[in-house]
Amino acid sequence: MAEIAELKSVNEQGEVVTCACAMGDLSDFESVPVDRRVLVIGGGITGITAAIDLGNAGYKVVMVERLPSVGGRMLQLSETFPTLDCAQCTLTPRTVESGQHPNVTLKTSCEVEGLEGEPGNFKFLIRQKPTYVDWNKCTGCGTCVEKCPSKGFALFERDAGRMPAIYTLSPQAVPNKPQIDPDRCRFLTRGKCGVCSKVCPVGAIDYEQQESFFTIEAGAVIVATGFDIYDWKKLMPEYGGGRIPDVIDGLTMERYLSASGPTAGKMVRPSDGKTPKEVVFIQCVASRNPEFHKSYCSRLCCMYTAKHARLYKHKVHDGQAYIFYIDIRSTGKGYEQFIQQSVSEEGIVYIRGRAAKLYQKDDKVMVQGADTLTGKKIEIAADLVVLAAAIVPNEGSEKLARILGIECNKDGFFVEENYKFAPVMSGRQGVYLAGCCQGAKDIADSAAQGSAAASRVQVFLSSYRNRMNREAV
Amino acid sequence: MRYSYFPGCTLYTKAKKLDDAGRECSLKLGFELDELPDWTCCGATFPLVNDQHMLMSGPTRILADTKDRGDDKLVALCSVCYNVLKRTNHVMLNDEERRAKITDFIERDYHGEVEVLHYLQVLRDEIGFDALKEKVVKPLEGLKVACYYGCLLLRPVKEIGLDRMENPTIFEDFIRALGAEPVDFPFKIECCGAFQTVNSMATATRCSREILSNAVQNGADLVITTCPLCQFNLDDRQPEILKEDPAFTTIPVFYFTQLLAVALGLDSGNLGFERNFINPLELLQEKGLV
Repeated sequence: MAEIAELKSVNEQGEVVTCACAMGDLSDFESVPVDRRVLVIGGGITGITAAIDLGNAGYKVVMVERLPSVGGRMLQLSETFPTLDCAQCTLTPRTVESGQHPNVTLKTSCEVEGLEGEPGNFKFLIRQKPTYVDWNKCTGCGTCVEKCPSKGFALFERDAGRMPAIYTLSPQAVPNKPQIDPDRCRFLTRGKCGVCSKVCPVGAIDYEQQESFFTIEAGAVIVATGFDIYDWKKLMPEYGGGRIPDVIDGLTMERYLSASGPTAGKMVRPSDGKTPKEVVFIQCVASRNPEFHKSYCSRLCCMYTAKHARLYKHKVHDGQAYIFYIDIRSTGKGYEQFIQQSVSEEGIVYIRGRAAKLYQKDDKVMVQGADTLTGKKIEIAADLVVLAAAIVPNEGSEKLARILGIECNKDGFFVEENYKFAPVMSGRQGVYLAGCCQGAKDIADSAAQGSAAASRVQVFLSSYRNRMNREAV
Repeated sequence: MRYSYFPGCTLYTKAKKLDDAGRECSLKLGFELDELPDWTCCGATFPLVNDQHMLMSGPTRILADTKDRGDDKLVALCSVCYNVLKRTNHVMLNDEERRAKITDFIERDYHGEVEVLHYLQVLRDEIGFDALKEKVVKPLEGLKVACYYGCLLLRPVKEIGLDRMENPTIFEDFIRALGAEPVDFPFKIECCGAFQTVNSMATATRCSREILSNAVQNGADLVITTCPLCQFNLDDRQPEILKEDPAFTTIPVFYFTQLLAVALGLDSGNLGFERNFINPLELLQEKGLV
């Protein structure tokens, strides 16, 4: 005979509820089939790692990515610390594997809009944004991208260069099919042009494409929506508020340094395309500033700033790099050695202090700051200034939290169930977190969390299934 | 509209032109600055030590007087007075312990009821810059203005809250309403040297020189300010700067109320420009404004 026990569970609004549940002899209860499919939201290195792990373990995975190809932030990066290996070279095998894996389905240009059902049997509503290209017909030949006359600002290239209105995010994009940016396309904005449509040999361009919706049923979901850079242009007038062209952020620097970036890896500055000879890097921009910006440490900036300075020196041998820092946090394996090398072998000048103000003077960016070790005021006339701006959650995180019934902290990062012992579990059963959407972390830690989340999902779905099987006996 | 008005000591002496023009313009703009009777010194510096309550008894008394005459708003023109009164009021409103100590000492009942406003704030929030634009009879077309804020008008931002502290724009918005063009001015919140002018004049001279050079480099015809000390340092140090560097380009520095008076078509004979070391009359005549 079944007993009735009380169990805690989490409802769709993310509230903990108590429900009566049958325990013990369950022979008179019908079993509920558990969906062994897993949804991964976000196709960055974290999501890809989770998806491949789950795929290899025999689970069916659907990976939803809002950009036209997978790879995430790593796609934008040049080389990665502490080994200085090329981001594209280490990432591409993984993006390709996720694209070709028999158990992994990619859904790009898609966003999650709704959720129904229970842990173990979720039903997600997905919005497919129009790409204006029929990918069933498109062969990925790239002629349209080459011929597109409308090159303009694209968020992906930051301030480093322009992008055609029909584009792929990288030469090795997965899937390697282009899409049209409706805001920049001449045909979609002004009804004139149509070059891509004329040059496409298979007639894949479809300006009439509309957004559509579909549903995905999955037993569990991994949220790996990643990060963005603090909006320093809007919120930090002391650093020029975006009005000084030769003040850029770290991601823009990555695009300059990247061999597949708009300058093909040539180090130039935005205002006049000249090679900068004096470059100032500023760490902790908006991070560790509880009074006005973000109170947390963004964790990556000490390392990637040292990396930027070194890569800059590798490209501009007679250039000088200065780094303003509060203190150096190089806690990963091999990280401290990387910093030491930057100082002793690459001649990078570290200045302990914060830069107070940047302003334009003729063709220089004046950096006012203080060396707090000597107590002296410092002014450097720089050709280029690179800001290591704080890591913040990607846009739309709060909306996604509401849809999934999970919690955000005051900075917008998703809240884990227990930071020490369950860092990849959200407050809601069946919903898992990984990577920078939970807090700033580097590639190594993000990939580790991707695997951890994949592992937790397997535990969840297996135990659920086992219990259900027992119930069925 | 009628407001209680606290001119402060400097506006009766050195900065009389700031006060005169401010009062004249208020009548033209349809609000009355009703001077607080029997006012005392604001203290001139907000005490930076937490237990130094004596310095706050003066400003608290001023605020209590405003309340007792039935007013809930007190307007100041001088950045220093504004800063001291506003910060004192912040303590009265938020710090029960210190409030009790001070009000017990001066034997007054005051809980931070009065709102301290800067004249610029009245123009922005009570009159509105659009309405101000309507009242301009002589738009200052072709005049390039460097808006100098200094520190006390803005900081500390959590207690003052008039505008953003790193890139304030209230002055620029005001200038646009008058028809003039604000120039890009990265040094608009740099320190003018303040009281260093007393014990280390060279420091104040260096500060002023950097600020003024920056204004000139950015194409400004003149610099405006709200603070008598800033005006003094920026204007009166220019002969010294010239001695050090004969190639230095001088630039007139005067009060925003004086410029407002020009735009409102008030008699330039009463504007006190002759008190400036670098007299702006010539510039204004050249631009056909007076």
